[in-house]
Amino acid sequence: MSDPAPDQARAAWQEAYDATKLRDVPFETMSGVPVEPLYGDGPYPGQYPYTRGLHAAGYRSRLWTMRMFAGFGTAEDTNARFKELLRAGGGGLSTAFDMPTLMGRDSDHDWALGEVGHCGVAVDTLADMEDLFADIDLSSVSTSMTINGPAAMIMAMYIAVGEKTGVERSQLAGTIQNDILKEYQAQKEYIFPPRPSMRIVTDMMKFTSTEMPKWHPISISGYHIREAGSNAAQELAFTLANGFAYVEAAVAAGLDIDDFAPRLSFFFNSHSDFFEEIGKFRAARRIWARWMKERYGAKDPRSMMMKFHTQTAGVSLTAQQAEINIGRVAIQALAGALGGTQSLHTDAYDEAMALPTEDAARIALRTQQIVAHETGVTNVVDPLGGAPFVEWMTDEMERRAEDIFAHLLDIGNDSILEGAYAGIDDGYFVGEIADAAYRFEREVNEGKRIIVGVNEFTEGDSGERNLLRIGAEVEEYQLKRLNDVKQRRDNDAVTRVLTQLKTEAADPEINLMPTMIEAVKTFATEGEIVASLEEVFGTYVEKVFL
Amino acid sequence: MSDASTSDPQIRVVLAKLGFDGHDRGIKIVARILRDAGMEVIFLGLRQSYKNVVNAVEQEDADAVGLSMHNASHMTLAPKMVDALAEAGLEVPVIVGGIVPDEDIDPLMKTGVAAILGPGASAEEVAQTVRDAVAAVRGSSPQA
Amino acid sequence: MSLRGLPPADIFDKALGGERRALGRLITFVERDAAEAETVAELAHERAGNAHVIGITGAPGSGKSTLTGQLVKLLGEAGKRAAVLAVDPSSPLTGGAILGDRVRMEDVASPDTFIRSMATRGHQGGLSLAVPGVVRLLDATGYDPIVIETVGVGQVEVDIAGTADTTVVVATPGMGDSVQANKAGLLELADLFVVNKADRPGAKDVRRDLDLMLDLSHVSGQDQRTGMRPEIIMTTALSGEGAPEMWDAIERHRTAITANGQLEARRVNRDIDEVRNRLMADLESRVDLMLAGQSLAGVAEVLDAVAARSLSPTAAATQLAARIKDL
Repeated sequence: MSDPAPDQARAAWQEAYDATKLRDVPFETMSGVPVEPLYGDGPYPGQYPYTRGLHAAGYRSRLWTMRMFAGFGTAEDTNARFKELLRAGGGGLSTAFDMPTLMGRDSDHDWALGEVGHCGVAVDTLADMEDLFADIDLSSVSTSMTINGPAAMIMAMYIAVGEKTGVERSQLAGTIQNDILKEYQAQKEYIFPPRPSMRIVTDMMKFTSTEMPKWHPISISGYHIREAGSNAAQELAFTLANGFAYVEAAVAAGLDIDDFAPRLSFFFNSHSDFFEEIGKFRAARRIWARWMKERYGAKDPRSMMMKFHTQTAGVSLTAQQAEINIGRVAIQALAGALGGTQSLHTDAYDEAMALPTEDAARIALRTQQIVAHETGVTNVVDPLGGAPFVEWMTDEMERRAEDIFAHLLDIGNDSILEGAYAGIDDGYFVGEIADAAYRFEREVNEGKRIIVGVNEFTEGDSGERNLLRIGAEVEEYQLKRLNDVKQRRDNDAVTRVLTQLKTEAADPEINLMPTMIEAVKTFATEGEIVASLEEVFGTYVEKVFL
Repeated sequence: MSDASTSDPQIRVVLAKLGFDGHDRGIKIVARILRDAGMEVIFLGLRQSYKNVVNAVEQEDADAVGLSMHNASHMTLAPKMVDALAEAGLEVPVIVGGIVPDEDIDPLMKTGVAAILGPGASAEEVAQTVRDAVAAVRGSSPQA
Repeated sequence: MSLRGLPPADIFDKALGGERRALGRLITFVERDAAEAETVAELAHERAGNAHVIGITGAPGSGKSTLTGQLVKLLGEAGKRAAVLAVDPSSPLTGGAILGDRVRMEDVASPDTFIRSMATRGHQGGLSLAVPGVVRLLDATGYDPIVIETVGVGQVEVDIAGTADTTVVVATPGMGDSVQANKAGLLELADLFVVNKADRPGAKDVRRDLDLMLDLSHVSGQDQRTGMRPEIIMTTALSGEGAPEMWDAIERHRTAITANGQLEARRVNRDIDEVRNRLMADLESRVDLMLAGQSLAGVAEVLDAVAARSLSPTAAATQLAARIKDL
């Protein structure tokens, strides 16, 4: 299968296509002209190196998942929305956490003031997690949790909720973002230094590979790298390099690549430079396939198939004439679809200023529904494949990414993982990202690059903004709740388990997950667990690189 | 000895983000803008406490403080920073950059913030806002 | 409350009393070479001469800020009232600078530590021209030791050896640093070598290279300046490993140069150097003014003669040099 003759490859594609159950819609244009599922030649969709897509029939068999990430307020509020979603037939729950939770700090931390429940739900203890998933059968849903630094504690809480409601951990399905490397490079929601953080990540990969077969322990995210100001090629290269780094770490920890690689998934940004974005998505699949096969020796094709989620570029949204962001989101969503994304989140037009209002979130969802159902791009697999410019752009994105991989291998003594550590330590990633961001900003400032509504076509801004604000009552409620839990729990048990956790943290041979689960069951808070681990691992403070 | 250097004293600005907010694309761009406008930027970056900023202003003898805020906590954090500086007897303008909704601008200015720079401010606006804010405090004496 | 309008002597008194805002302002005077600077220098000089001045230099990426941070942490724990001067380059184009070393140091320093970031402001050689004056001020206001972290542009950093009592040169594996150090003349400047990132492969090689080069320079007699062979300390700045050993070695160096009279000789030389540097800077600006035709009559005619090829540049310089006393 590695290099079949062209005819054989075509026949194999046809066979796979014929075996696929298609959506029950007419595959023809608006004027009634029937269209073929595929134009052009190989490598065909569903075949290595997957440049043209993972599946033979593309969106003809199944549209991308329209996943809308949202969440704020208390655990009960979010729980009510989850149930509504499930009643409406959805099976996937997506959880956003507030800033203190993401940073591994409790709601009563000094800096938490004004942040509790703001951009997501506040989770301090297992009690919050129980409320969040109250009356939901965890064996029948798939839960996505966007959290990194304290991912292990949150996953432990999810496991504990399952246990308390009679669901074995082996039955739990879902994804936790847990991509710690990009935190040092871009999003900056780190807690411990890189190496101990990586130890926790590998502990989680090991734990889930033996105990939680339906769980995705990591989602490798370029989205935040782009939002921090990188260009498209850097987003592509840094993200894939991080992917390779996790692979190297897992293999070094004794896992077989084909045991965990099929469960790795990716998350990209879709920005406004249409063809560059499409080239980036196509190159991403090809690079991943080739490296997994050739460098890391994967045998299972599923290890080589890069699945990714896409979100439109929050950083591209303008506060000026906010409504015109709808146009930007539509174009970016289209690029995601033409790039072959597995799922898509479209941003709300008012997100440059604050959390989206309900109306704006609805418009965003409708925008991707237009792309899916009205434009016809879903009728043909990889409709742009074979176009000279698109293929050139795909090659160029790949070439630029390979240059970056070469640099990382160079500074990492032939290891991407070591290269990632070295690049974090010497400011390579943050420096490159800051340079790119500044270059873009200067071009806008000098008028070389037009941003509609910002440096050109600026008339017509109504200045009216209807913004969503979160009241202070969420904060008060959460503080009271945290206090109540602390009053009720057995403090000796908390101290005992945290002492044990510290001892185990000091021994890299021990997997921290089992004791982590015991710790959350005592209602030790997220902040307390983090503080205990910081005693052993230290706290990461970013060096300034500009 | 040489008098040339005293005629146009170098402006020194402390740049920081308070609290958990990790969005540092803007503050890094602003650091470069101010550097390229000839200023010395004491870059503190992410997750700074009021105390850290006060210490920096004292020891670095800074002329201004720039706060970058992207998490809707500007109404809580910025006024506290203004108060902390005043309590330490430091007469420096606080300039807030980032996402501040229109209706928050007046209330924020009333708490003693010297200027607010929204998204889309040009490099020249950024630099000039800092220069103006510093000039207003220094008054006629460049030595301040 | 405001310092504005106070005479420099009053601000100096406040700084002596421990007011850090006042010390910060005095440093600004020195940095700007403002009218107040002379008074400040006068007041400081008679009180200075107690602090141990430690210079830390090395190529970019050698981890010297992290190492300086570790040192500052140790000093804080030992109850010392330390000061740090972190020097970064000014942009040659705009004169602006981004000074980013404070964060990591502040994070680990004791509250008594005074940290000041300085830009080179157009001065070559790794330090700002104002550094000696600022060191004197910190010394006079009771800070001891004073740690100076240099730019580390990988070029000649000779200023630091002229300014510090103990100069620490930081090398790392994988950067060809030992060779670099030799080329840049750092070998002769170092009172102490630190091989940082000692956990990385190649760290032992760097140590061996340094040892070898020291052996050679010993043979050729180059260590006569101090009469001592620099120690080599292995550190891992990220974890803090080796930092106490580095501090011990710095102390041993100070004890040794105090005993053999080097310390006193260095300090005298340092003051003379400063006088010399200031004279040179003064002279340079006067010569510039003269050549611009702004200070002496008849200069333009001399330059015109050079342009007309009726007078050689050499002869012109001789003529003008004779008039320097009139500047």
